[in-house]
Amino acid sequence: MSQAPTPEATGQDVPGDNPLAPEQVEAAVAAALAAFEQAGTTAELKQARIDHTGERSPLALANRAIGRLPGPERKEAGQRIGQARGRVSQALAAREDQVVAAELEARLAAEAVDVTLPVASIPIGAVHPITGLMDQMCDVFVGMGWEVAEGPELEAEWLNFDALNLPPDHPARSMADTLFVEPLDHQTLMRTHTSPVQIRTLLDREPPVYVVCPGKVYRADELDATHLPVFHQIEGLVVDKGITLAHLRGTLDHFARAMFGDIRTRMRPNYFPFTEPSAEIDLECFVCHGTSVGNPDAPCRTCSSEGWIEWGGCGVVNPRVLAACGIDSDVYSGFAFGMGIDRTLMFRNNATDLRDMVEGDVRFSRSLVGTAR
Amino acid sequence: MRAPLSWLREYAALPADLDPRQLADRLVGYGLEVETVESAGADVSGPLVVGRVLEQTPEPQKNGKTINWCLVDVGEHNPEGERGRGIVCGAHNFGVGDLVVVALSGAVLPGDFRISARKTYGHVSDGMICSAAELGLPGDSSGIIVLDGTDDDGTPLTPGQDALGLLHLRDDVLDIAVTPNLGYCFSIRGLAREAADAYSVDFTDPVDRPLPSQVTEGHPVRIESEACSSFVALTVTGFDATRPSPRWMQRRLQLAGMRPISLGVDVTNYVMLATGQPLHGYDARRLRGTVVVRQATEGERLTTLDGVERTLSAEDLVIADDSGAIGLAGVMGGADTELADDTSTIVLEAACFDPVTVARTSRRHKLGSEASRRFERGVDPQAGYAAARLAAALLVRLGGGRLEQSETVLGSAPAVPEQRIPADLPSRVLGIEVPTERVLTLIRAGGTVAELDGDTLVLTPPSWRHDLRDPYDWAEEVGRKVGVDTIPPVLPVPPAGRGLTVEQRARRAVNQALAATGHVEVLNLPFLSEADLDRLQLPAEDDRRSVVTLANPLADTAPHLRTTLLPALLHAVARNASRGTPDLAVHEIGSVFRARPGRGVAPRPEVTRRPSEAEIAALDAALPDQPRRLAVVLSGDWLPTTPERPAVRAGWQHAVEAAEIAARAVGLELGRHADQHAPFHPGRCAALTVGEEVVGHAGELHPTVCEAFGVPARTCAMELDLDRLVALAPRGGSVAPISTLPVAKIDIAVVVPAATPQAEVQAALAEGGGSLVESIRLFDVYTSDALGPDRKSLAYALLLRAPDRTLTDAEAMQVRDAAVALAAERCGAELRS
Repeated sequence: MSQAPTPEATGQDVPGDNPLAPEQVEAAVAAALAAFEQAGTTAELKQARIDHTGERSPLALANRAIGRLPGPERKEAGQRIGQARGRVSQALAAREDQVVAAELEARLAAEAVDVTLPVASIPIGAVHPITGLMDQMCDVFVGMGWEVAEGPELEAEWLNFDALNLPPDHPARSMADTLFVEPLDHQTLMRTHTSPVQIRTLLDREPPVYVVCPGKVYRADELDATHLPVFHQIEGLVVDKGITLAHLRGTLDHFARAMFGDIRTRMRPNYFPFTEPSAEIDLECFVCHGTSVGNPDAPCRTCSSEGWIEWGGCGVVNPRVLAACGIDSDVYSGFAFGMGIDRTLMFRNNATDLRDMVEGDVRFSRSLVGTAR
Repeated sequence: MRAPLSWLREYAALPADLDPRQLADRLVGYGLEVETVESAGADVSGPLVVGRVLEQTPEPQKNGKTINWCLVDVGEHNPEGERGRGIVCGAHNFGVGDLVVVALSGAVLPGDFRISARKTYGHVSDGMICSAAELGLPGDSSGIIVLDGTDDDGTPLTPGQDALGLLHLRDDVLDIAVTPNLGYCFSIRGLAREAADAYSVDFTDPVDRPLPSQVTEGHPVRIESEACSSFVALTVTGFDATRPSPRWMQRRLQLAGMRPISLGVDVTNYVMLATGQPLHGYDARRLRGTVVVRQATEGERLTTLDGVERTLSAEDLVIADDSGAIGLAGVMGGADTELADDTSTIVLEAACFDPVTVARTSRRHKLGSEASRRFERGVDPQAGYAAARLAAALLVRLGGGRLEQSETVLGSAPAVPEQRIPADLPSRVLGIEVPTERVLTLIRAGGTVAELDGDTLVLTPPSWRHDLRDPYDWAEEVGRKVGVDTIPPVLPVPPAGRGLTVEQRARRAVNQALAATGHVEVLNLPFLSEADLDRLQLPAEDDRRSVVTLANPLADTAPHLRTTLLPALLHAVARNASRGTPDLAVHEIGSVFRARPGRGVAPRPEVTRRPSEAEIAALDAALPDQPRRLAVVLSGDWLPTTPERPAVRAGWQHAVEAAEIAARAVGLELGRHADQHAPFHPGRCAALTVGEEVVGHAGELHPTVCEAFGVPARTCAMELDLDRLVALAPRGGSVAPISTLPVAKIDIAVVVPAATPQAEVQAALAEGGGSLVESIRLFDVYTSDALGPDRKSLAYALLLRAPDRTLTDAEAMQVRDAAVALAAERCGAELRS
């Protein structure tokens, strides 16, 4: 690096070498600008600043020499030096900005990382899809002002069957369908639906009652791709004055839209002991909206090209059920419905093997991570 | 119930151009679940014609078979100027002059089998002589169909005439899942009535007369059980049992899903399908004396028609004669009296049995039959005589017999009581206005006698409608005919709700907090084996051995309900590991079941009233404890190796942290002390506490437990009582006052005996330091030779702050000294200089 001439090297009192001479001042300015230009780092620039603007710099010495001039010359020299020093300090500031910026840029460039490197400081967690769906369903009803009722999975036979108008010889009460608990004469079993929670609710409080009952239910079915011995249901129960089948339909229509978007439902008469009249509720296929029916070119696997999906059973609460709970059916009426959550998950999220729901494979649970599903 | 449309049309005057799918939709609207609509015979297309065999030349072949080279007259389909078509046939059950069914070139048979003239066995075979199986028809398939010369009406057949209709090949079949309340729809009669109602067309009832009053002139019968309300016995003599059932009857039975067997059996089955009344035919020669309907004697034996010898219970109802039981009433007849090829006198039984009795017998013997299915749902108690007459008429017409004038009719149909309901009840239940006149019309269309008496409907349902007994049943009857799908929706308005309960919110928060911190929720089957309890190394007196056992478990190896969530989670870990995922953090929330001594019997009070408070208490007292628990299992690496750091093994710390995450989600800080608790490593197990109460355990599993469950070594776990955790969670509270005064930081290092839990030292320092200690944190544990083997140094960082002033150095030193003094007193701590 070439060095700017220093004041020592030039000498300040050499005759004919007047530091206030315009050419000398110009030379000092030029030397300063050159030095700044050559300084590539903040450290070099700092040295150049000391050399060319410090107390011993030519311009500083020249400035001091102004005082020694006779009056008339003083003004002119003062202006000359002042301008020179101004130019130098401007150049210094400009160069400083450049050097700082260049240095920052270089540092940032050097600090670049591969942002695609793995970052996890915790593993990927997940709520089970069944739980997520159950919570979502409950939220729809809680949003309408309903409450979520719960009850034991191991139940009294009376609450699971008798109170629900299933006579003693009803086929569902056989050991082929229901898991009973030892000792048999204690008349307890694993609930086959969440309906005993409805009975408990009606025994527990006065109408109006607006509840959903989610939870595990049990059947004496061997585990295979389409059967689960333990699965999940959500049931709804309303008992209030003047409740009709129209209210049931309105509720299910709202539920269906909240879960699946703007789709239609269909109600078909059916039979259940605990409701009268009873019906099945079907959903218009939310994928094909019926366009796959009779259209082999565009089959729909969600509804098997039937256009409708069976969703659950429902009906007006049988007055016999109300009677078993001590509710006067001349004053109150109600409706109830029930859906399989596992089954809903199957058609809603294309699950094909029910065993996946209970085998605890983390890949299954992780496949529906997130709350916006 | 499978219903051929042609059969429905026989009783219901349905429109000629009826689309069977539209009929299906209407029936679905009526509450009949039509599962499929099949177009039977649609896989056969013509020309399929009658042919007469003119010549038949047997030609032995090199392969040992003999084929027949035939000339068959197919009338108008004969080639120009020829007597017939040359056809090769491999069957031998026919001869010259026989009428056969010929598929001509261009015909398509089931399986997309296209018929064309083709060279075979040295001839051009110009068509095919068909067997029943080749056309998808019932019957003997060892040979080709030989027609009997006339059609169903007795008109002689001519060569060349169409055979599709003759053979009743084409029909539409509705397969209907009949719900238990509509038992009468387990018959063509019932379905045709519904169809006629749905289309408002005429219905002709095949049950054309009610049960007459008692007669005892026919075969002697005695009813000894109340489970039989009526018994009709008709006798047909001179019957030729060798005659085949007519094609139309065989085809209908086949389409309805029954196998044609013999004329006698086919007729009883046909009439049962037609009317819903099960019938049984006895070979009169084999009956010994009076036919008796009675309870079986315990241990009595009977070989039923299916060839199985059964040991009867005293609760079974049997048909018996002097020789003993000859049939399980309403379920299946006995082998000894069954109709045979040489039966000439048939005693027809048409009885009415109690649904529950039949259902129990059917279940007891695991023997379901077409008859038992109908009796279980309730048959029409008025139908027996008409059905028996119908069957007898068919036996006479088709089997050449004679109906004896002397008949036996015992018992009667129970009287159907009149019902009175408010006229507006159907409208009130359905939520739509159905005018009373319309209600009457709809109800009467189903056979009910309905009158209006002021504001009251006076209703007498028909004998076959066992489902119409409660006021709301009439709302359903009106609803399904109005169309429940047409009722406009109304959203009910509940009283203002309170949202989820605190407990529900807390449980959700726990689950979501764990999921958000890397734990994967799984749901396992809640069954438990004895072996699992042993694998956990639970001592004999452990609570978790207080199992509740299922009476009919799905697997004998896992008969218990879970008392802990850990075994199933460990099996899930092993399963995941075997599927290539050994690095796991899984959790489950669920109920466990723990037997409680002194559990009582759950009563089954009357259902016509609310149970008493004592009965309700007894219902609950009969149940075991069913607390919800939370468990976490961690195995392998918590975090995998990355370019930036080595893997982090899942350790006991992660198990404890999972518990802390759960506790924090409900606002609790857990305490912890060393414990020894199966299935944990005795030196790496923490009891988790809230105050003095132990709510669970966390730590590393015992190595033997890991081995027993086949999970990776050093698998860690946590399980706690979630219900207790939620119950203990703080409710409400005040926000913290925020001091903006400067904080003073001091470090304290103390030396304590190596076995001292740091938590005790930390607690002593915090308590000793007093209210100025804002926080305390352990940042170093140090051991050295200089300290000695049984000593350790613990270094803590404390933040001190006063709410009202800046602390002086002197105050900070006072806090330090006070903290150390208490630690010294409690734990023998010495300040390390």
